[in-house]
Amino acid sequence: MDAAIATKADAAVLTGAKIIAAIKQSGVKFVLAVPDIVTSKGLLFPIADDKELKLVRVCKEDECVGIAAGLSYGDKRALILIQYTGFLDSLNAIRAVAVEYKQPIVMMVGLLGHEPERQPAESGRYGVRIIEPICDAMGIPHHFLSQDADIAKIKPAIDKAYSESSPVAMLIGRRPS
Amino acid sequence: MMKRDECFRALARQLRAEIVLPVYSSAFDWLEIAPRALNYFAFGAMGLGSSHALGLALGRPDRRVIVLDGDGSLLMNLGSLVTIGAVAPKNFVHFLCRNGSYEANGGHPIPRKEVDFSGLAQAAGYAHCVDFDTLAKFESALPQLLKQDGPIFATLHIEKGALSPEFNYRSLEDPKRRQDFRAALRG
Repeated sequence: MDAAIATKADAAVLTGAKIIAAIKQSGVKFVLAVPDIVTSKGLLFPIADDKELKLVRVCKEDECVGIAAGLSYGDKRALILIQYTGFLDSLNAIRAVAVEYKQPIVMMVGLLGHEPERQPAESGRYGVRIIEPICDAMGIPHHFLSQDADIAKIKPAIDKAYSESSPVAMLIGRRPS
Repeated sequence: MMKRDECFRALARQLRAEIVLPVYSSAFDWLEIAPRALNYFAFGAMGLGSSHALGLALGRPDRRVIVLDGDGSLLMNLGSLVTIGAVAPKNFVHFLCRNGSYEANGGHPIPRKEVDFSGLAQAAGYAHCVDFDTLAKFESALPQLLKQDGPIFATLHIEKGALSPEFNYRSLEDPKRRQDFRAALRG
């Protein structure tokens, strides 16, 4: 990588407060989460203190998929906040509930170990590299969030998931500040 | 020991506008006994019934949500007991049909039949936990169980055997059932 690109990439930031604002603007009332060190400080701790969001701490990530589906029948929007390892562990639930049953399952997935200056498909970490191809194979739209400019993708993605009753994955490529 | 269909008939007689979420073998029995628009079916991810039910209970706090779980199913999502115990929805009733087997998957035994599920639920934080092994006791306790604040957990000790040995999942997975359920909730 040349120095100019590296400097630009290193200067990029992803602001947790802006992500949370976008989540709220999308009508999300519930956040369903298993802690992930990528999003722990910038998202999960602030969300836990946020009185406008109800945080449900679950034991295992696939629980989130069932809970989000149930909430949707009460017209309540939910965001699932997990690490990519939990996403991989939940693939059958996502396949059955989100894809085959066409439920609005909105996932924000921390890419632990990802190099923020790269695209996920170019990551040196195998587990990160396979996330987008898996989403593609399952027909799950995905968006990469690695800098503040990407936060604009959040509301349209959530609105689309709920209007079309379909899943979406937003991949967090750097630790939100 | 009780028969599952007899337990379900007793439950069906008590219901009004509750949401009922039966899983796997229970779903086929329940549908035959109580075909109602407020039945919610979800297959393909075994064990998630209690999690779907938690979402429904949070999304519709004005309605009581009853999950008819299986022991094999719950073992695949034991952590959900702790999640539900922590969230503590008052409108949540968890019936566990305990027959010691994966009935929908060939009748193989669960890894340990002696598991005390009500004890697990108690430790996880459910408000009321109870076991039933006779129909008379279950029937007489039902009105109170369906009234008191949850989360409530009741283990139903039942014999193996479903009303319908042929599990036609296609029928239960029909998207129209989900549309009807959503319409019934909004109605």
